[in-house]
Amino acid sequence: MAKVLVVTSGKGGVGKTTTTAALGAALARAGQSVVLVDFDVGLRNLDLVMGAERRVVFDLINVIQGDANLAQALIKDKRVDTLSLLPASQTRDKDALTPEGVAKIIADLSKKFDWVICDSPAGIERGAQMAMHHADMAVIVTNPEVSSVRDSDRIIGMLDSTTEKAKAGEKMEKFLLITRYDPQRAARGDMLGTDDVLEILSIPLLGIIPESPDVLKASNVGAPVTIAEPESAPARAYTEAARRLMGEKVEVTIPTERKGLFDWLFKRRVA
Amino acid sequence: MTFLSSIFKRRSSAPVARDRLQILLAHERIAVGDGKDDLLAKLHREIMEVIKRHIAVDQDKVQIKMDRGAQCSVLEIDVEVPGLTDRAENAKKD
Repeated sequence: MAKVLVVTSGKGGVGKTTTTAALGAALARAGQSVVLVDFDVGLRNLDLVMGAERRVVFDLINVIQGDANLAQALIKDKRVDTLSLLPASQTRDKDALTPEGVAKIIADLSKKFDWVICDSPAGIERGAQMAMHHADMAVIVTNPEVSSVRDSDRIIGMLDSTTEKAKAGEKMEKFLLITRYDPQRAARGDMLGTDDVLEILSIPLLGIIPESPDVLKASNVGAPVTIAEPESAPARAYTEAARRLMGEKVEVTIPTERKGLFDWLFKRRVA
Repeated sequence: MTFLSSIFKRRSSAPVARDRLQILLAHERIAVGDGKDDLLAKLHREIMEVIKRHIAVDQDKVQIKMDRGAQCSVLEIDVEVPGLTDRAENAKKD
């Protein structure tokens, strides 16, 4: 039986889609079969970040409404063959996401894959609720910044009250993923530290993703950062987070950029 | 002196962010979590109901200030009661 994981945050722009792509690819590279489901109906972007935007034929809503079957709508990744994507619809609105339709799709995907990763839209409306409804576990993506932490707190409350698991009286596994973290600014006291965020939200830490230009570079070329630049600091942080999701005990560290001799010489010369 | 002390005692903003969040979320968790109102909001509503029962209150003449703190919160309701001010003014005229 698959693990159904929702990547959520409440606030927009904190890195949900980046995280979905990076964690999914890292899990797939570790040999797991993974499907990424984009729930951001009307504003899909996971296809673009995954570099599959030109291969979308059918989407989630087509499958819900019976215009296509799952096999027709799933897009297989060209780089990692155990990774697939189910894109969201770009033209429809979120009302097309029916609870029954979503339940059936999640159930069908659970039979085929080890991991079903749902990329939630921002906000707390229907799309976000549908994305989290069937989840067994949740990754809450948070930036070390007041509005993001507040929204994460709200989402944690929803995960514990509105989801199927919560209604059945079971405990939803929740993990905090801090993204866009700048260790230097945190050390100077100009950015909320990991301890601060953990103390406020009090859920287990899955990982700390350092702020890095490699994340944007990866999305520019349409590849998860764990595939585009696997040795970069954010990719190593995501890969370790994926190992923790698989139940491995890996100590949480903040990876830093590895500077080679060439980088050092080059930087000297430019300066 | 002030220049030197400003260098050595640079105020960091992260502790401020943490404290603000802790106070805010303590209140929001009560308000959202149980589906019940925040105590202060409830007090405000009920106090206003009682006042309205006895006096026709002009909404513009009511000032409400709320300050949610970590240790204690303050709800300040300032109601201008029309009848009494008239009487006071009349008394002044006499």
